[in-house]
Amino acid sequence: MSDQALSDPRRNDAQSSAAVAFPADLKFILIMDNSIGGQVLVRTRRGAEGPWRTAWRKLRADRAAIMAFGVLVLITAASLAAPLYARHVAQTDPFATNLNGEIVIDGQTRQVLEPSTEGLGLGFTPLGPTWDFGPYMLGADNQGRDVAARLLYGGRNSLLIAGAAALICLGLATLLGVVSGFFGGLVDILLSRILDVLWAFPVFLLAISLSIVLITQSIIIGPIEIRSGSLWLPIFIIGIVYVPYVARPIRGHVLSLMQAEFVTAAIGIGASPWRILLYDILPNVITRVIVFVPLILALNMMTESSLSFLSIGVQPPDASWGTIIQDGQGLLYSRPIVALAPGLAIVITVLALNILGDGVRDALDPKSSIRVV
Amino acid sequence: MRSRNVFSAMMAGVGLAGLMLMAPVTGAAAQEGKAGGTLKLLANAAAGTIDPHINYTLQYFQINYVLYDGLVTFRKTGDKTGFEVVADLAESLPKPEDGGKKYVFKLRKGIKFADGSDLTTADVVASFQRMFKISGPTTGTLYNGIVGADTCLKTPATCTLEGGVVADEAASTVTFNLVAPDPDFLQKISIPHAAILPAEAPLKDSGTAPIPGTGPYMIASYDPNSLLKMVRNPHFKEWSKEAQPAGYPDEIDYSFGLTDEAAVTAVENGQADWMFDPPPADRLAELGTKYAKQVSVHPLTAMWYVPMNTNLAPFNDIRVRQAVNYAIDRAAIVKLFGGSNLAQPSCQILPPDFPSYAPYCPFTANPGEKWSAPDLEKAKALVAASGTAGQEVTIITEDTEVSKSIGVYLQDVLNGLGYKTSIKPISQNIQFTYIQNTNNKVQISISQWFQDYPAPSDFLQVLFSCASFTPGSDASINISGFCDKSIDKKMGEAQAATIADPAKGAQLWTAVDKAVTDAAPVAVLFTPKRVDLISPRLKNFVFSPQFYWIMSQSWVE
Repeated sequence: MSDQALSDPRRNDAQSSAAVAFPADLKFILIMDNSIGGQVLVRTRRGAEGPWRTAWRKLRADRAAIMAFGVLVLITAASLAAPLYARHVAQTDPFATNLNGEIVIDGQTRQVLEPSTEGLGLGFTPLGPTWDFGPYMLGADNQGRDVAARLLYGGRNSLLIAGAAALICLGLATLLGVVSGFFGGLVDILLSRILDVLWAFPVFLLAISLSIVLITQSIIIGPIEIRSGSLWLPIFIIGIVYVPYVARPIRGHVLSLMQAEFVTAAIGIGASPWRILLYDILPNVITRVIVFVPLILALNMMTESSLSFLSIGVQPPDASWGTIIQDGQGLLYSRPIVALAPGLAIVITVLALNILGDGVRDALDPKSSIRVV
Repeated sequence: MRSRNVFSAMMAGVGLAGLMLMAPVTGAAAQEGKAGGTLKLLANAAAGTIDPHINYTLQYFQINYVLYDGLVTFRKTGDKTGFEVVADLAESLPKPEDGGKKYVFKLRKGIKFADGSDLTTADVVASFQRMFKISGPTTGTLYNGIVGADTCLKTPATCTLEGGVVADEAASTVTFNLVAPDPDFLQKISIPHAAILPAEAPLKDSGTAPIPGTGPYMIASYDPNSLLKMVRNPHFKEWSKEAQPAGYPDEIDYSFGLTDEAAVTAVENGQADWMFDPPPADRLAELGTKYAKQVSVHPLTAMWYVPMNTNLAPFNDIRVRQAVNYAIDRAAIVKLFGGSNLAQPSCQILPPDFPSYAPYCPFTANPGEKWSAPDLEKAKALVAASGTAGQEVTIITEDTEVSKSIGVYLQDVLNGLGYKTSIKPISQNIQFTYIQNTNNKVQISISQWFQDYPAPSDFLQVLFSCASFTPGSDASINISGFCDKSIDKKMGEAQAATIADPAKGAQLWTAVDKAVTDAAPVAVLFTPKRVDLISPRLKNFVFSPQFYWIMSQSWVE
């Protein structure tokens, strides 16, 4: 077969099949990438199953992954419905304090913050869960706010931050990894050292340090200003700290691809570097990036929760699952549900993301052994 | 002084009357004492250096009172007489001379430091010089009236206080000369920052190395990560029961590291005898019912308040500051602190039962003596008149549960008044200094003030005089940056009148209290009370308005 045929995945399949006498029942061709053990799908016959379709078929066959995906869809949908829940079910503003609020339960009027009337009469206890699909289903926090409504709003922020930070992280990491691995030389040395410096910091130490420094002031990057208190602040911080953990494996992958036969062939026929980058390297890198998505999402979610728990992530009165856990920390003894509910939400979401991540990896890059941290 | 980790809350006093509001465990002073045993104390964390001239926390003020002595001190009793100054290392209380500018102290004989060396007049002079040489935290506010203090504040390393503190070894006297009469001078030198140390004490922060004192106990070892161990001072002999009584326990172990929740459980179960930190809010109901016999609650001469920067928009407009005062629902905030049995709403500077206190609250639905309800209409009208609605406001709180909760509530109030409000919780360790420094451009914050000494000047002059405002400094205790020359003049008149005619002085201070309250540089929220949880085996819990629990006077069974 010709070098051009090997290197050009867009080439007409009929032409390709004409170049080599493949068995009639062959559905697709795998060209093994010897350097990394991963599979590189270059071309298929007309009508044969493509690599994306194969991956999708594999993913659909993975029941655990599909269930995890379903759970994530449910959580996302519920979180997106937070305003509806707050308005029509909880009938409350989950961001406004309600220290003098009252509620009628079973015909009895009760205070949202119930004073202790026995003994020395010390302290107040927030209303506990009513377990009815209505106001205060999961009870109140120490500001008299509806925990269930805040949980849903918190989910929105946690998912938004995790998702946006993942986009920043994967975008930057892909750019740096590909550029570094593809161009090599001084560019590679420079970018690799920058990544090494970032890598040298423990993730949480770096995130906490950045948060403490930036939390009380705005970040101005050219025309972009991220004001203190903005959700973009934790997004930016979390998006940055995991870049080395993704960029380095991608760089390694690119270096391996550069040694692959189809790239050698492309170089041999005189393909331009940009053509090789866009048509030979990137399509093969993107599968690995996709494998990273659920893993980074899960890590981002935990990082966001940790920062918010430490008061250096989402700022009050906004909620995230981390801030709600912090709100509930002072109520662990009397109203543990306030901390347990968001904790459980984080566990379920992260577990689902990890299971889905395993499924995606098995479907797209079964021989890789990706570990982010 | 301020709250816990930074300034201490300490001594904050207590309501002169009704000290023991609910004190099932207090006041057993008449019981027979039982010497011996080990007192086990708990705190979340250590409070830093154990240098008595530097540490400014309630946590260590409380132990410094049993480790060190000054020339005078507050009477160690559990009633209102605990605010009275009595002679300690001095034989007697000196009469002010030269119109109140001179005090002559005669030292008691035979007193030794814990290292066995004798106390001399040279130690007294050296101790006051040391305070300045190591730039003690109160030298610029409490002791700057001593002759020579100005020079010492400018060049601490060469401080001699020449002409200010003069020893006569032969007569065993020490003479203090003041720049101007100061009616509170004896009270100011009664706190641990004026403790007398050996002349050989290091001229730097001693950190974790103990300096010998003259009290009934001495520090045997100190590891801020785990334990502060105090044992009996072998050279201590009781010379004045009211100033420095001998202690009952043989040893006092102060352990660090347990969480508040774990500490509560440990004290409930008798594994420890007392915890320094306030019990967490979600344990209060349990303590007030199941463990009521182990709980004592005492009012403090203190306040939680909201300083507003009078030099920054929008709070440079008095109408805005008054609007905030009108809008705050103090009863709701009291709930965040644990309820009406743990705090009382207030809107004036001086706390109840404090010298010169007269009930006054202009910022309420029905202005008069007491706060009754917020007046939102008036608040909104004031904001509308100021034309500041829509401006951005940032609230700086501590990252503690109560402070943050109050901050979130205040954010709600300010948003309701039309501002775009954000909230920034900052570590408790740095928040107090952060909000003082004008370079940080803090608009509004949450803070607390606990009395250092029982005189109105400690609230009014220290917090609101022009002299207390130092732009660009971390130690500018006038957090609001409030400076009103006419009120400053009234403070000076009140101070002067207190010496000549205490009753008239008290009236003038009352007028100053009203004037500052009206100017609204702050919004006072409530007067707090202290909850002490003790073990079943601890007996004779004596709560002083000045020292809080006097640990040396308790014994264990």
